[in-house]
Amino acid sequence: MGSPDTSMVTDWANWLQQQRNRMVVLMVMAALAMLIPLVANNYMLEVLTNAWFYTILCLGLNIVVGYAGLLDLGYAAFFAVGAYTTGILTSKFGINFWLTIPAAVACSMLAGIIIGGPTLRLRSDYLAIVTLGFGEIVRIIARNLEITGGASGLIGIDRPSFFGIELSQGIHFYYVFLLLAILACFVSYRLQNSRLGRAWQYVREDEDAAEAMGINRVGVKLYAYVIGAMFGGVAGCFFAAKMTAISPETFTFAQSVLILLGVVLGGMGKIPGVIVGAFALVLFPEVFRGLGSMRMLIFGIVMLIIMLYRPEGIWPRGKS
Amino acid sequence: MSNLDIILQQLANGLILGSFYALVALGYTMVYGIIKLLNFAHGDLYMVGGFVGFLILSAISGLLGESWTAIVCSMVLSMLAVGLLGVIIQRVAYRPMLKAPRLSILITALAVSMILSNGVMAITDGEYLAFNTDLGYDGLGFGNVFVSYTQLALVVSACLLMVSLTFFVNKTLYGKAMRAIAIDQDACKLMGINVNRIIALTFFIGSSLAAAAGVMAGVYYGSLHFSMGFVIGLKAFTAAVIGGIGSIPGAMLGGLLLGLLEAFGTQIPFIGSEWKDVFSFGLLILLLILKPTGILGKTEIERM
Repeated sequence: MGSPDTSMVTDWANWLQQQRNRMVVLMVMAALAMLIPLVANNYMLEVLTNAWFYTILCLGLNIVVGYAGLLDLGYAAFFAVGAYTTGILTSKFGINFWLTIPAAVACSMLAGIIIGGPTLRLRSDYLAIVTLGFGEIVRIIARNLEITGGASGLIGIDRPSFFGIELSQGIHFYYVFLLLAILACFVSYRLQNSRLGRAWQYVREDEDAAEAMGINRVGVKLYAYVIGAMFGGVAGCFFAAKMTAISPETFTFAQSVLILLGVVLGGMGKIPGVIVGAFALVLFPEVFRGLGSMRMLIFGIVMLIIMLYRPEGIWPRGKS
Repeated sequence: MSNLDIILQQLANGLILGSFYALVALGYTMVYGIIKLLNFAHGDLYMVGGFVGFLILSAISGLLGESWTAIVCSMVLSMLAVGLLGVIIQRVAYRPMLKAPRLSILITALAVSMILSNGVMAITDGEYLAFNTDLGYDGLGFGNVFVSYTQLALVVSACLLMVSLTFFVNKTLYGKAMRAIAIDQDACKLMGINVNRIIALTFFIGSSLAAAAGVMAGVYYGSLHFSMGFVIGLKAFTAAVIGGIGSIPGAMLGGLLLGLLEAFGTQIPFIGSEWKDVFSFGLLILLLILKPTGILGKTEIERM
């Protein structure tokens, strides 16, 4: 890694550390994000919507991987649970989209408890493989059950309406996902510095010491799991509404890895880093279209290089 | 077919499947036993082994035909090549990470797995490759139960590999060093064991066993695909956990058991073969919850 480059990024990060500067940057970025749809064409809008969507998923996984230090290789399962709950409730039972959100949140939280509850006592690498297996189980179940539409998936999921406006155009969903991403940032930020957030950090750095200090190790990890699952569930809900059709092949292992890559790329445990990671994830294949099937190969190489040479991610941690 | 015939036929199928699982599980368990690393890329080494074997077989089939001589040759060469690949991976990706937090090394292993599977995908354009052999379909029939010579040969060669591994680990000096490192790495350094070299050797053996299984799977199923390492990696890990991770006889036992369980599991009414994977992953999760040390594993007091 070139050192002049690194120091420039560090300088910039230090400048950002100051509260007032940070507010200015945040305001400018928020205004930009709000105004972009006015000048963007449909294609750009679609890509950016996708980027915000991955931002939500990456922030959710970041709580599990970045804050609590647990490797989850089946995150797509929670996203699938959210999407399928909304999909089934609206298309098969005709329930209003907005009413399905609490149901989807409850289902994904339940999934988080089912998978996390018994396994969080295990060593972290066992946890990784169990989540991987769980992710596959959810996908296979979705592919084989009748209510989930089998291999072809669900179609005809209702588009939600908002105060009489049917959310059907790209620009509507851009704002929906932008709003959700901002909400996710806010929740992540508040959690990071909360009592629970500090407990996560403690457990991540030294589990035994944390336990000796009276932190309920398993309980705290379970919280991380369930909150992460909730983010995935909500993202899945709106994903189903946007696409109006979902199929099991959206929720493969590759999808889970992609989300994890977004978290690792930007820097685990740091909100701006994760946003940068999510954008890199979505924009990279769009910019380098010619790569096609080489995309995941390059992502793999990038991930390896980051882990070997820059485990802090693209965005280095500010001095604390 | 009578019930007894079905049972015997599934027994045969289960043992064949199980010997593949056992060979792959051995690599998992050896690497885990020695450096406590869950090598996600191990399943992909199996896949790469299959493809390398295919390449060598097509290169030498002009000389030797596509019969057993050629297959054995390509299997041995593929084992050597993939063994070296395993050593390179260990040297480049894992050795610098040994002192890093657990999360980092797991992500590194995941990255290696992505590179291997997507690299092969890019080379083969994601197509299935037909693994042609002219072994014929002759076999032994016992009533309604049929076992082809190919299947028999595969099981026998898997057993041979496992027996020689057991001999190597238990009777040679290198095997002794391996067992010692699994117990206490620092003490081994003090005793003058070249720890890095033994770790590399472990990767070599583990990877070449996976490659052997890959070539055998190619012969058995007749086709190769870049994604075939993913599921078998997960299954082999299940097998290693069933037997008790870190234990070599445990991995063999676990592999055979898992193969049998899958073969018989698909016979349970209402559970078709499409649920086969759910069955074994569910088993893995249950097992990790109820008895994470497996059948032959030792209780681990230290927690990471």
